[in-house]
Amino acid sequence: MAKTRVPAIEGWLTMDEDNPQLLGYLDESSGTYFFPKDVSISHAPGHADAEFKEVALSNRGTLWSYTTNHYKPPEPAISKDPFEPYTVAAVELNDERMVVLGQLADGVSPDDIEVGMEMQLVLGTLYEDDEHEYMVWKWKPASQ
Amino acid sequence: MSKNDVAILGAGMHEWGKWGRNFAEYGVAAIKEAMADAGLEWNQVDFIVGGDTVRNGYPGYVAGATFAKAMGWTGIPIASCYAACATGAQAIDIARTRILAGMAECVVVVGADTTPKGFLAPNKGERGFDPDWLRFRLLGATNPTYFGLWARRRMDLYGATEEDFAQVKVKNSRHGVSNPKARFKKIYTQEDVLGSPYVSQPLRLFDICATSDGGAALVITSMDFAKKHGVANPVRISGVSTISPTFPQTVIDMPDFTTDSAAGLSAPDRSFRDSIAYAAYEEAGLGPEDMDLAEVYDLSSALELDWYENIGLCKPGEAEGLLRDGATEIGGRIPVNPSGGLGCFGEAVPAQAIAQVCELTWQLRGQAGERQVEGAKAGITANQGLFGHGSSVLCTR
Repeated sequence: MAKTRVPAIEGWLTMDEDNPQLLGYLDESSGTYFFPKDVSISHAPGHADAEFKEVALSNRGTLWSYTTNHYKPPEPAISKDPFEPYTVAAVELNDERMVVLGQLADGVSPDDIEVGMEMQLVLGTLYEDDEHEYMVWKWKPASQ
Repeated sequence: MSKNDVAILGAGMHEWGKWGRNFAEYGVAAIKEAMADAGLEWNQVDFIVGGDTVRNGYPGYVAGATFAKAMGWTGIPIASCYAACATGAQAIDIARTRILAGMAECVVVVGADTTPKGFLAPNKGERGFDPDWLRFRLLGATNPTYFGLWARRRMDLYGATEEDFAQVKVKNSRHGVSNPKARFKKIYTQEDVLGSPYVSQPLRLFDICATSDGGAALVITSMDFAKKHGVANPVRISGVSTISPTFPQTVIDMPDFTTDSAAGLSAPDRSFRDSIAYAAYEEAGLGPEDMDLAEVYDLSSALELDWYENIGLCKPGEAEGLLRDGATEIGGRIPVNPSGGLGCFGEAVPAQAIAQVCELTWQLRGQAGERQVEGAKAGITANQGLFGHGSSVLCTR
């Protein structure tokens, strides 16, 4: 039986399989986006009283940089067993003009990406138990 | 002389290493060496600032008190502060601010650490609201992950190579080999570095700084006190920068998932890292062209190249050229990390920014031995602490 896919962290992303999006916040008074929403005020100076609205962020952007980790990270990180190298990508969202980190999607080789490439957000598995797959956002080249 | 000048009368360090002893031991050894260097007694000190360590329990959180008690309570006021890797600069700034306010004239600044092995990791427990915990949990984003991102960007934007990164380590190892305070006193070759395993590719094990035990201290006084004490021409602190970023901060940085958004308010003209040394130059009324040496934070070898540009030694994209020309080696136009840098020391967080200033002090006095930068009259340190702490100290003589 297929496992139920649930987000690894509540409220950070939509679980739309074909078109997942990160859930951010927009302070309309300054036109500034935030992700994740870590406190209840806008961090744009002078806009501490601004109203927020939740918005789904654009799921395309430009690759700012990437790196492949060859060592098992310490807890609370979750690694494959046995450990496999993984790539972390930094992607600048087109509309929000903010760089968002995410792991490179399974099956994508770091040899196939380069700074400046257009990237797309997808769902990927962080870990699983007997019943659930816990999902996070990952990046893949938009052309793949 | 700038109106904000204060004097450095003493500098002291406990050798860096990995012994696992009580951090206070290293700090006390550094204080004693700095006091002896200054020719002053503990009962002449009227204020002490301790840089905190967050990995050594309560005594680490109240480092000022820990060191004051260790040296013997004399009733003086104390301060303790923490600004991650920038802790030392903040401690120096607190000391000199009190001196410039006329509320102290002879101050000890000290930081020391005992570090665990391996990657620095967040505090234990389920901490779902702590970005420092979440970046490990959701992304596996260790500190070297960020170093790797910055390094890869240099390669794709400016044509940096893994050989360039290795060369920074090679250069710094040649500097630090004769430094009695350094932990790694060994000359590395390109082959050594390029033969070490990847950590955060393109960075390898020997490109990334270790974590170390160590302690560093300074005796900082008013210019009047120095004169009364018979030191007519002390090394002076002429600028200190402890600035924070200006919104929106558009370069990804530890421990964040994202940069700020530049969709609404436009990004400042100077990036955060560019603005750190700039503030120290501005206060001192000097510029990069006036510097004879620099001590910068080579958390990774590639990051040292970023700093060349951030502190104004060259334009963006020119750092590799500076390195390849030998300009940043001792004997070159502007030696960087003559101490050997973090590549030879490893990082002892609250001590490191103070250690950078110890090196400037010895260099400007002409006491740096085999690693002496000839005729050095002015130098700058640069560093950045987690969660938005700029750190730069400019010294002159």
